[in-house]
Amino acid sequence: MSVGGRKIDASGASARTRTSMSVGGQKEVASMAYEVELKNINKHYGDFKASDQVNFGVERGRLIGLLGPSGSGKTTILRMIAGLETPDSGDILIAGERVNELAPGKRGIGFVFQNYALFRHMTVRENIGFGLKVQKESKSRIRERVDELTRLIGLDKFADRYPMQLSGGQRQRVAFARALAPSPRLLLLDEPFAAIDAKVRKELRGWLRETIHKLGITSIFVTHDQDEAVEVADDIIITNRGRVEQAGTPLEIYRKPHTPFVADFIGESVHVPDYTVFKGFSARGGSEHPGIIRPEFIEIGLDDREIAMPLAAEHGIVRAAYFRGSNVGIDVEVKGQILKAARSLEKVPLQEGDEALVLIHRILSFEGGQAKTIANQSKRKESVVI
Amino acid sequence: MGSASKVIPGYRFTQGVTFFYISLILLLPLAAFVLFATGMGWEKFIGKAFEYRILHGYLVSFACALAAAIINGIFGLILAWVLVRYEFPGKRIMDGLIDLPFALPTAVAGIALTTLYVETGWLGQFFYAIGLPSAFSVLGITIALIFVGIPFVTRSVQPVLKDLEPEIEEAAALLGAGKWLTFRKVIFPELTAPLLTGFALAFARGIGEYGSVVFIAGNTPFETEIAPLLIMTELEQFDYQAAAAIAIVMMAISFLILLSINGYQRYRIREQGV
Amino acid sequence: MATSIMQNRMFSSDSRAKPELAPVSAETLVKWLLIFLSAAFLVVMLILPLILVGAEALSKGWEAYVAALAEPFAQKALLLTVEATVIAVLLNTVFGVASAWLLTKFDFRGKAVLGSLIDLPFAISPVVAGLFFIMLFGRMSPFYPTLQAYHAAVVFAVPGIILATVFVTFPFITRELVPVMEAQGRSEEEAAATMGAGGWTIFRYVTLPNIKWGLIYGIILCTARAMGEFGAVSVVSGHIRGKTNTLPLHIEILYNEYNFTAAFAVASILVFIAILILVLRNMVEWRTQNRRIQRQRPH
Repeated sequence: MSVGGRKIDASGASARTRTSMSVGGQKEVASMAYEVELKNINKHYGDFKASDQVNFGVERGRLIGLLGPSGSGKTTILRMIAGLETPDSGDILIAGERVNELAPGKRGIGFVFQNYALFRHMTVRENIGFGLKVQKESKSRIRERVDELTRLIGLDKFADRYPMQLSGGQRQRVAFARALAPSPRLLLLDEPFAAIDAKVRKELRGWLRETIHKLGITSIFVTHDQDEAVEVADDIIITNRGRVEQAGTPLEIYRKPHTPFVADFIGESVHVPDYTVFKGFSARGGSEHPGIIRPEFIEIGLDDREIAMPLAAEHGIVRAAYFRGSNVGIDVEVKGQILKAARSLEKVPLQEGDEALVLIHRILSFEGGQAKTIANQSKRKESVVI
Repeated sequence: MGSASKVIPGYRFTQGVTFFYISLILLLPLAAFVLFATGMGWEKFIGKAFEYRILHGYLVSFACALAAAIINGIFGLILAWVLVRYEFPGKRIMDGLIDLPFALPTAVAGIALTTLYVETGWLGQFFYAIGLPSAFSVLGITIALIFVGIPFVTRSVQPVLKDLEPEIEEAAALLGAGKWLTFRKVIFPELTAPLLTGFALAFARGIGEYGSVVFIAGNTPFETEIAPLLIMTELEQFDYQAAAAIAIVMMAISFLILLSINGYQRYRIREQGV
Repeated sequence: MATSIMQNRMFSSDSRAKPELAPVSAETLVKWLLIFLSAAFLVVMLILPLILVGAEALSKGWEAYVAALAEPFAQKALLLTVEATVIAVLLNTVFGVASAWLLTKFDFRGKAVLGSLIDLPFAISPVVAGLFFIMLFGRMSPFYPTLQAYHAAVVFAVPGIILATVFVTFPFITRELVPVMEAQGRSEEEAAATMGAGGWTIFRYVTLPNIKWGLIYGIILCTARAMGEFGAVSVVSGHIRGKTNTLPLHIEILYNEYNFTAAFAVASILVFIAILILVLRNMVEWRTQNRRIQRQRPH
């Protein structure tokens, strides 16, 4: 996968199953292998720049999450690929062919709308079969395909119900099946989980990921929820203010954010204006030393016995401790700054006002606009936390 | 025209149908009228449009429509309130009946109302007994315009009242406000916008109304001649210029009413975010 | 002091219980006073005129009533009314659906202007509307010599009546459909388009079933106005008996000739149709409301 012309290795890091074609080293070959490719896409709405020189390519069979805050232009990208919006400039390629002028219905895409846009007066069966009916498929063929799909989504018993008689999760699955029915080569999903309750959402995420991988269909989904993107997608594309900030596997993005925005948007980040105040972190030139510290960069302990290298640790005071279900979140003040840490429920609970030892393993710095991970130099060996 | 992509088909087709139809049915006649009217010249227009007898016609139309719209405003609000807030036998029929003036041809309403309100009529006898001529008078015109305007206010206020969140009233009640105070200070302000809209629609309709009014008006010059009737009279005398001049003034009045209401609504949205 | 909802509930149970048990509160008094006021207003303003039409129509007995309706001029007027109404409603239905589709499914410059243009006939007195057509096709029109040459009359003839009827009724269906289609959004149509459906298919299978009741409602209102139109038709008709008289115009002539029984007999047909329209209208509304309630019911 490449972003803005830079080649990013997305082939080695993911442990998930995949059916992607191998990508050659040469660029021309690479662009031929993309199932979807956006080249220099720009789109304005009045003064608002929804897409600003957007470039990326998606290999066949990959499940891509388009992640960004609202208004970052991710839905616009999805709608442009579908043909629901037209870019002001740039090319959209599907299977190597330019589709800018092609009507949405002729692009071979399936689209799952945010609120599903199910045809409210048609049954589940009629909804799923509509795309095939439009293509003038035979009745028996439609029936066969609809049966197959209702079974796939586990709603074969509900095939004659109307959308209003279904729960949110069921509707979402019907929308999914309806998009899949004409066997598109590309599946696009706009905030597929936004309208579903938290608990069902969790289940659906896993179901959707597995089903898409089983079918091997190239898919792009839009989300503003980083947990969702990390959990479901093979690769994530992060958008901000109409630009693609970074693309890569969730792990890469997490560990090597390219821009302050990505570092800030992914994970729980605390900004520190000057990281050189902390033990083990010295200046590397320049006059300003801003950085980001995440809870997983920090180890917090009550005393020497709980911390591996007490000499490298700072002294801090616990300012707040709050139960978070699977662990305890702790706000700890170190050198006048509040850092966020997490502590296992199995350990002795810390309370407000307690003194604690805080070992900062790593810091993300952004000197010169480049993101860099800096390890604590007081430690002899780096320990990987993630 | 538009810059956004037309994903849904049918833009050109519906645009074609709409513009063709509007041009033919609306714009062409309007253009013919404007062409004719502008050919008249200012002096003639002033002379024809503001003759004393015709001025009196505007006054009658305007005053009676205003009075009818005010009465409809009051009863329309009561009707909307009763239909939304209370349960009682016959409510559905009452609700359905409100639209009768939309469904009943105005000429039928006109002859029925006239027969009701003449001196020997079922209702007229009471009016005449106390010295109020209820037919062939301004009172009669107003009665006919009340009939015509009944649905406007009720149908504007009803949906807004229905959608009013009960929490607002509950909050007022919890703060110790009594029913009447709650209505005046909490509910009524929410209803002013639809009330005004309904009022304006009834008012504008009243000024242009003809069918239901001609019969009961009596059409005595300088007394009960309404503006639309004057257009008819001029047409019968083949004075097309005078008819056009009156029509221009009537249209101006209608547009002014509707525009000022529109302006007020916009002002409210801007100033109060209603 | 209980909250208003509670009081409303107490109210309705009060009204069902025997009133002598509970002391009559001021609010119950206000409630029944307002209901009485409303009912009285509607009885005087709406129901009495209806009863009067029936009473006057039958005042000279059943035979006179039937004779008035069977009279050839009345028959001709009825026919012309039906003709004008059917044509106006058909044309306006096509236009209404097309314009509502245009206004709700697309964004384009001048949309607001188009919307107010369509509403224009509501702001124009029917008499003035009739005047427009006199100006367009009458003696002072630039088309008049051409029309004369072909012996084609528009004004003071049937085409003028139909045109005037079309003009005064043309916003009804658009007005009814636009809010319905606006509320439903575009996503169902977009979804169908992404599946390759064409314009007619989308309209027939996706949009039409969704707007069916709104459309019927609009057609009912349009029909009511079309068959009852008086002012505009009166201007362009020329009142030629048996030729350019619609039912409302025929009623006017009969009434002005002091033939009251016949006038009310003919009027009673229109009253009957008006009541039919009201019943239909309420059935449609009742249906759509029920469906809305069904939809809102959680799964």
